[in-house]
Amino acid sequence: MKKLFLGVLTALALAASGTFAGTLDDVKARGNLLCGVSTGAPGFATVDDSGKDVGFDVDYCRALAAAIFGDPMAVKFVGLTSAVRFTALAAGEVDILARNTTWTYSRDTDLKQTFLGVNYYDGQGFMVKKELGVKSTTELDGATVCIQVGTTTELNLADYFKENGMSYEPVPTADNAESQQQYLAGACDTYTTDASALHGTRVNLENPDDHLVLPEIISKEPLGPLVRHGDDNWADIGRWVLNALVIAEEKGITKANIDSWKDTKDAEIHRLLGTGDDDILAMVGLPKNAMYNAIKAGGNYGEIFENNLGATSGINIERGVNASWTKGGILYSPPFR
Amino acid sequence: MSSPTLPPSESFKFSMLLSDTRYRGMSLQVITFIIFMAVFFWLVDNTIKNLALLDKDVSFNFLWLRAGYDINQRLIPYTSDSTHGMAALVGILNTLLVAFVGCIIATVLGLFVGILRLSKNWIVAKLMSAYIEGFRNVPVLLWIVMVFALLTEFTPAPRAFKGAEPEATMLFFESVAITNRGTYFPAPVLAEGAYWLLLCFGLSIVASIYFIRYANKQKKDTGKSLPKFWISVAVIIFPTLILFFAMGQPVSLEYPYLKGFNFKDGIHLRNSFLALTLALAFYTSAFIAEIVRAGIMAVSKGQSEAAASLGLRPNKIMSLIILPQALRIIVPPLISNYLNLTKNSSLAIAVGYMDVRGTLGGITLNQTGRELESMLLLMGFYLAVSLSISSFINYFNRSFQIVVR
Repeated sequence: MKKLFLGVLTALALAASGTFAGTLDDVKARGNLLCGVSTGAPGFATVDDSGKDVGFDVDYCRALAAAIFGDPMAVKFVGLTSAVRFTALAAGEVDILARNTTWTYSRDTDLKQTFLGVNYYDGQGFMVKKELGVKSTTELDGATVCIQVGTTTELNLADYFKENGMSYEPVPTADNAESQQQYLAGACDTYTTDASALHGTRVNLENPDDHLVLPEIISKEPLGPLVRHGDDNWADIGRWVLNALVIAEEKGITKANIDSWKDTKDAEIHRLLGTGDDDILAMVGLPKNAMYNAIKAGGNYGEIFENNLGATSGINIERGVNASWTKGGILYSPPFR
Repeated sequence: MSSPTLPPSESFKFSMLLSDTRYRGMSLQVITFIIFMAVFFWLVDNTIKNLALLDKDVSFNFLWLRAGYDINQRLIPYTSDSTHGMAALVGILNTLLVAFVGCIIATVLGLFVGILRLSKNWIVAKLMSAYIEGFRNVPVLLWIVMVFALLTEFTPAPRAFKGAEPEATMLFFESVAITNRGTYFPAPVLAEGAYWLLLCFGLSIVASIYFIRYANKQKKDTGKSLPKFWISVAVIIFPTLILFFAMGQPVSLEYPYLKGFNFKDGIHLRNSFLALTLALAFYTSAFIAEIVRAGIMAVSKGQSEAAASLGLRPNKIMSLIILPQALRIIVPPLISNYLNLTKNSSLAIAVGYMDVRGTLGGITLNQTGRELESMLLLMGFYLAVSLSISSFINYFNRSFQIVVR
């Protein structure tokens, strides 16, 4: 009896003291990637009619899974609300969080997380019903505002109304779906969140033309994937998969033409696609053709954008600042060398 | 002959701790305690080690940092510049408000439904059964969401009150507006001299309490029954009313009116508050009704028959004979229902009501990332409130119980 008790105690102690080092090994051993995504943000992470996960963040995770396993489907998506996402990441429930999350100082430092880069430069906007006749956020004094709890938008909202000497009444909601329902029922005058999410929500409403996303953007919301502190190698992998997708667009490598670059004179493309002699991806523990697989999974950054947020998707968000730096945007990746 | 109670002369051996009945009880308790403490310290130690591994420390300093977010319903002054600690306090008061109002409504409703369920009128009894079973057997979260949905979906938006021919109008002489954002009531405004009025009102209440005592004593001594209810109502109302007009109406009402997007002024009861409080009160009242019914049925039938044979009327039997005895059975289980209501109020986030779970355990937790600390504070708060409620009612209960020996 005593031995059994000690045995149980030891087992518990071992189970509870697992560390988070070596995420790549854990992922490989498990056979799939656990990716934390939104519970329903049109364009970023939703489930389509056939039950398949789709979206901008989803495609990033598929690229990452393809880089590790060569199989874009070797990923399990975990829907997380904005309120539980950081806890889930810190507790190891997901390997990576790609959940349109804003990169801020305190999240980077105090919450002990590592942001891998910016995959979408966003800003906070407001959506109103056209019948209200509101044309600008400066006319929103006294309005009731639907807002998701536990987001940076909550803080921006408080600051923005205070700076402009306006009052408002917040109606806190748990997620996008609840905000939308409250907004449609008229329980709030305006719904505020990242402008990209507003555009995504608007096109899915019954009569998108009855609603208007106001032109003002009241904050900087650089969205990006993030991982826990403490495993730099894993962070490097995530960061460079994202960079690879950006470089691919810059170089014109697409899902369709990716196999036609074998004879190119561009050494960076050879390094990227693993068609050259040097195997620099071994440095992070990935196969030589990892980035080839990543780009092959859903196309380059531009293709992923078009399919999920751009014209092809029906959401019709302009590339704007999210265009490559060669095309007037601010998307710029360090060299793959 | 030696006494059989003398201990045996053999010396103490270590194995006797378990084999000897004189020591076994004690040694088992000591072992249990050691195991319990070992597991407890192991858990604490493990938590601290794992937090250190995640590079996290345990600190409550965040309570003094700027919160940065706004809260819609606040009973004390609070802005986004206030601290996280103040935000937690606003949440605590919101929780207590729901618990307090909810408990009162639940008790009144529960008493009413519980008594009526025993009614000889078949339809009334069955209706009350349906009420009880309906509320008791559906999870309270669903009721909260349901009431909230009814309040927001089937009431007009403030905009509907606009225009020359509005779709919706205010009730009770343009004083109450029911909208999908809440219900607006007129608010009393105290002018100069209003405090005299409040003082007069307070004195009237004290006077009526003395009158009721006098009436009870009169009845005990002489058997004469005075119309207690009407006289005490008159004592409470008339002096204040006379003073109110004599002083030139120092208390006026501030009516809510539509301005911009919303109604301004007046008292705003938000739908989130109404939905949460009503749903919790309905749900808990079903349980209280059953307790009341059980308490009444536990009073021997002979008591009511004896009272009837003395010529007492049914409502007198209920109020003088049955209820006082039933109360002794009703009060103890009532406590646990009050505690349930208070703890269930943490479901507030489902309708966006900013209780302490929503502020400290929701937004603050999220913005600061202090999960462990926030949750510990929350648990401490609910523990303290629950213990206070039960000790208060236990004290109250002691005064009811029959003192035997």
